[in-house]
Amino acid sequence: MKVTYPHMGNMAIGVKAMLEELGVEVVLPPPITKKTLTLGTKYGPEFACLPLKLNLGNFIEAYELGADTILMAGGTGPCRFGYYAYVEQEILKDLGINYDLLVLEPPERNIMEFIAKLKKITDNKPIFQVIRAVKKGFLKIKAADEIEKKVAFFRAREITKGATDRVWQEFLQNLNRAREEKEIEEAVNQAVVALARIPMDLARKVLKIGVVGEIFTLLEPFTNFNIERYLGNLGVEVQRTIYLSEWVNDHLFLGLFKNYSRHKEIVKEAPPFLCHFVGGHGQETVGGVKYLKKQGFDGVIQLLPFTCMPEIVAQAVLPAVSEVEDIPVLSLVVDEHTGEAGLITRLEAFCDLLSFRQKGGNHEKRRISGN
Amino acid sequence: MKKGVFLGIDVGSVSTNLVVINEEKEILEAIYLRTNGRPLVALKEGLRKIYDRIKEEEILGVGTTGSGRQLAALVLGADTVKNEITAHAVAANYLVPGVRTILEIGGQDSKLILLKDGVVTDFAMNTVCAAGTGSFLDQQAQRLNIPIEKFGEIALKAQNPVRIAGRCAVFAESDMIHKQQLGLSIEDILAGLCDALVRNYLNNLAKGKKLYDKIVFQGGVAANIAMREAFRRALCTEVIVPPYFEVMGALGAALIAAFEREKQPYKTRFKGFNVKDAELKTENFECQNCPNFCEVVKIYEDYEVVGYLNDRCGRYSQMNNKKLAGIG
Ligand code: SF4
Repeated sequence: MKVTYPHMGNMAIGVKAMLEELGVEVVLPPPITKKTLTLGTKYGPEFACLPLKLNLGNFIEAYELGADTILMAGGTGPCRFGYYAYVEQEILKDLGINYDLLVLEPPERNIMEFIAKLKKITDNKPIFQVIRAVKKGFLKIKAADEIEKKVAFFRAREITKGATDRVWQEFLQNLNRAREEKEIEEAVNQAVVALARIPMDLARKVLKIGVVGEIFTLLEPFTNFNIERYLGNLGVEVQRTIYLSEWVNDHLFLGLFKNYSRHKEIVKEAPPFLCHFVGGHGQETVGGVKYLKKQGFDGVIQLLPFTCMPEIVAQAVLPAVSEVEDIPVLSLVVDEHTGEAGLITRLEAFCDLLSFRQKGGNHEKRRISGN
Repeated sequence: MKKGVFLGIDVGSVSTNLVVINEEKEILEAIYLRTNGRPLVALKEGLRKIYDRIKEEEILGVGTTGSGRQLAALVLGADTVKNEITAHAVAANYLVPGVRTILEIGGQDSKLILLKDGVVTDFAMNTVCAAGTGSFLDQQAQRLNIPIEKFGEIALKAQNPVRIAGRCAVFAESDMIHKQQLGLSIEDILAGLCDALVRNYLNNLAKGKKLYDKIVFQGGVAANIAMREAFRRALCTEVIVPPYFEVMGALGAALIAAFEREKQPYKTRFKGFNVKDAELKTENFECQNCPNFCEVVKIYEDYEVVGYLNDRCGRYSQMNNKKLAGIG
């Protein structure tokens, strides 16, 4: 059994650690590139959303490298993600690519259910070993999230462009290599020290932008044109409302680590604009705007794949949220037709808008300012 | 004595515009050219024309905007590089102080910009849907054999504008053909087309947004009086078309260069008018250095590389003059 699974940001690092700890052979798809997208759009249904197409591309590329089993998360609710795994398997079958499929549905009751499923995948390995593997995977993605948040802070303030990104890349490599818990800690510490050494301009007036939206688009830099790095290089500090470790804790561990995720806090903010579950992260998107405003953010960007139902619902109420909360919101829809130039124009204009506001925005005398 | 002027350039996919203003920010010259898919050629032609008129003046600053802003900035040596949305807002607010809503329809894309106290508060931009742009009007006029300049005049004569499905250019066109075959009058069809375009624009860009007065309509399409009328009907309010409505981006770019200099005096990076006679060329190559495989653009001036564009990582563009490449 050679297991593969789709890319989604830094997820691969954690899952790989977990599976390898369980003695499962892993074949990672190559990093997502234009080629992945081309394969996915060629064989995927046109009106499916971007995540499906990229998953599909991942699986085709991984198959070429010898993978024979797909491990994927399932889901419930109005979002189509829940049946992606099965649809993708059928499409692949038509292409003559035969994969075994293992779907991890979100557990209904508790984490033991999840572990029992993993046990099945791994030939009934002893439970303590499964728990150790899960823990290791989780520690890795937690470490990645922790450093990524710091990276966002440093990137916006670094004096030499690219200095922070170099530390980040090196950290990811170290994290990937780390075998023991202690090595994970070491990688983190090393990155923290390296970041602290980066010369920074702490006096710089930095804009803070929060990113909300559909989880895959949010986490996978390929789909969002690496928006966090792009904005960071413009001197903007970027945070998202969903980090992978939070999602895993909520959905797979059912909130095992109390108060680890901000999910509840964010959803609480959605009413009166959106009072019930609409699938995916629609409620988080709406609540996220108010949540971010409270945290002192200057603006919010919503990221969504074209045709994403939960996010369209959220998008429809965002103008009202934006007005009531008095915080600018920019919605960016992405699919394979998205042009980078148009996206960048919008991002720049959005940053202009926010810095106008930050400066007080009263230009009556001078009427206009060039900046 | 020589006087100082600022040059603003908007290189778009359909038109390339240049505006010259003096230190008092009065508009001295405005030039509108077709880009015809060859921005460098249009740029040179524009420079030549401007040079003929303002030889005597000293260029104090240059600003660029539009989808070709980086390219123009590299070739000419610009002091400020701004996105079209900000540039349009700056220009509109200059000509129509207190403007709250800007409707902008150009050849390839359309924008909606909302302001308060001269500050942009929200915007939307549509680049995908062709049914809401000037090119679509051009095409339909051509198909109906009507000179685009006459379009507005004829449409204004309509008695009962026809309802045309305007969600998408493909539907709109086939619906128009259908209505034509029913024998409806050209005037009514053209007026209906304007209404459809306005509906499309408002549906796509104004979704859930409140449009406050004063409303300004600009961009190439604002030349069309039937379109102005259609907006007025749809919004039930006055719609102002400012002078220079066609070259607002370039005006904004010039104003931005001028304002920047007031804030913080700089010495212009403008390379001089010799560029107008230089051999300008671009070359594309696919970078193989990482899985992004960027289509990098390399720009030559008289066989000398003046800069790079379009790399995601900055591997090449960091070699450009830093401030020119930096966006902000
Ligand atoms: S230009 Fe940079 S980002 Fe683009 S392919 Fe080359 S190395 Fe990768």
